[in-house]
Amino acid sequence: MKQANRGNLPALIFLFVLLLLWQLGAMEVNAAYILPTPIQILQRLWELRLPLFTVHLPATMLVTGVGLLISLALGLGLAVVMDWSPLLQKCLYPVVVASQTIPTTAIAPLFVLWFGYGIWSKVLVTVLITFFPITITVYDGLRAAKTEMAELLLTYGATKRDIFWKIKVPCALPYFFSAIKMAVPMSVIGAAIGEWLGAQSGLGYFSRRMMTQLDGAGVFAPIVLLSAAAMLAVAVVGLIERKAVKWRGES
Amino acid sequence: MSLLEFEHVSYQYPGEDFDIIDDLSFSVESGSFHCIIGVSGCGKSTIFRMTNGLLQPKSGTIRVGGKPIGEQKHYCGYMPQKDLLFPWRTIGENLALPLEIRGGLSKAERRERVDDALADVGLEGCRDKMPDELSGGMRQRAAFARTMLTGSDLLLLDEPFSALDFLTRISMQEWLLGQWEKHKKTILFITHDVEEAVFLSGSVLAVTSTPIHTLTEVPVPATYPRTRECLTHPDMVALREDLIDVLRKQVRT
Repeated sequence: MKQANRGNLPALIFLFVLLLLWQLGAMEVNAAYILPTPIQILQRLWELRLPLFTVHLPATMLVTGVGLLISLALGLGLAVVMDWSPLLQKCLYPVVVASQTIPTTAIAPLFVLWFGYGIWSKVLVTVLITFFPITITVYDGLRAAKTEMAELLLTYGATKRDIFWKIKVPCALPYFFSAIKMAVPMSVIGAAIGEWLGAQSGLGYFSRRMMTQLDGAGVFAPIVLLSAAAMLAVAVVGLIERKAVKWRGES
Repeated sequence: MSLLEFEHVSYQYPGEDFDIIDDLSFSVESGSFHCIIGVSGCGKSTIFRMTNGLLQPKSGTIRVGGKPIGEQKHYCGYMPQKDLLFPWRTIGENLALPLEIRGGLSKAERRERVDDALADVGLEGCRDKMPDELSGGMRQRAAFARTMLTGSDLLLLDEPFSALDFLTRISMQEWLLGQWEKHKKTILFITHDVEEAVFLSGSVLAVTSTPIHTLTEVPVPATYPRTRECLTHPDMVALREDLIDVLRKQVRT
């Protein structure tokens, strides 16, 4: 632990230097509508705190949350089904991969036509981006279960169900957490893309509106907020993981 | 009374053009301790994997306690070479696995049985430890306790001590004989270590050729309880040399 803490100071200094370079560079350019300084962004964030925190952050978090939940249900479902039946695996796997070759930003305007300006068009973008890493990672996790362990349980008279719950699920758990840690930032991006393309509220929408007003700091302010929210969510998942998975990496 | 009987059993691995087990018949008396010894890859483990039902014989019948194994469950406890303790379960939870799968016991009853089994193998106080906190010998004893909790009279131990260092291995051998005498189980023990086979067995079942047609039964001239001193007896030394000779002939051909 001490070692890790010692590593934090250089990391903070590095971050500070980066921000400093940005600050100096932006001051040199001196065109806040293209490249605002970090300080300008923070100032703007503070000025816009009321609409950002009361309207747009909750809107984006709602889309992210709903999208993430649907992605989890879909991803876990697909992973379990593909692990359970080799035939379904053969049918579904290519479809899952193909879904990722769709350029989401290009097709998302259609979602707005299909589902309107409400949250569902954005949720769909989020799901489309997020379910893939969950499916593939959890599927790999289920596959990682050792056949020797399954065989041992079979000699005890175990059913397929016993093996699923007693070996596959615990084996896939660390993979599941990795999947969520990937999925959280991606779902935030998905929600923001969705909002960019057509929405009445949300941080992505707000950022775009600021763009039309040539307010560089106003474009960045919601993005900074978005990153902070995603990092916070990943940190929370990491905490839960540390409680739930005590054995990562062994054997 | 014979507990385990093989009757004209054959087995062919998919993709091979011969039967690795070819018309094998043998039987094992209840309460006996046999080591099956043979060179690597000779098919010893295949015999175990058919007995515990993981592989289906191509032909022939395997009976345990007089009944074909297809008609029964929970008739044998199988312990593979690796301890296969689940790293996400505590030692106590690992031991409870056969009981959980068998069902019919409450959590408190399971806990009681697990505590008894742990005390029995000298691992009191390890119930809430994780497997990676235990040494190799302790892990094998935990795995043995888990095998005992299957409640079966027939125990199939597939090279359980081969990954242990020499000193741990010989003390585990002595310990295992103690357990066997105490619980009156029937033990079949696969090994390729001749000294281990001679020390443990009432009679050694030697695999003298591949494919396996017969198991050559070689009685061990020593009585139980045994100490390692019996290995220095001239008869035992001669037996050991004989067995080594038989096995080496196979490696050469």
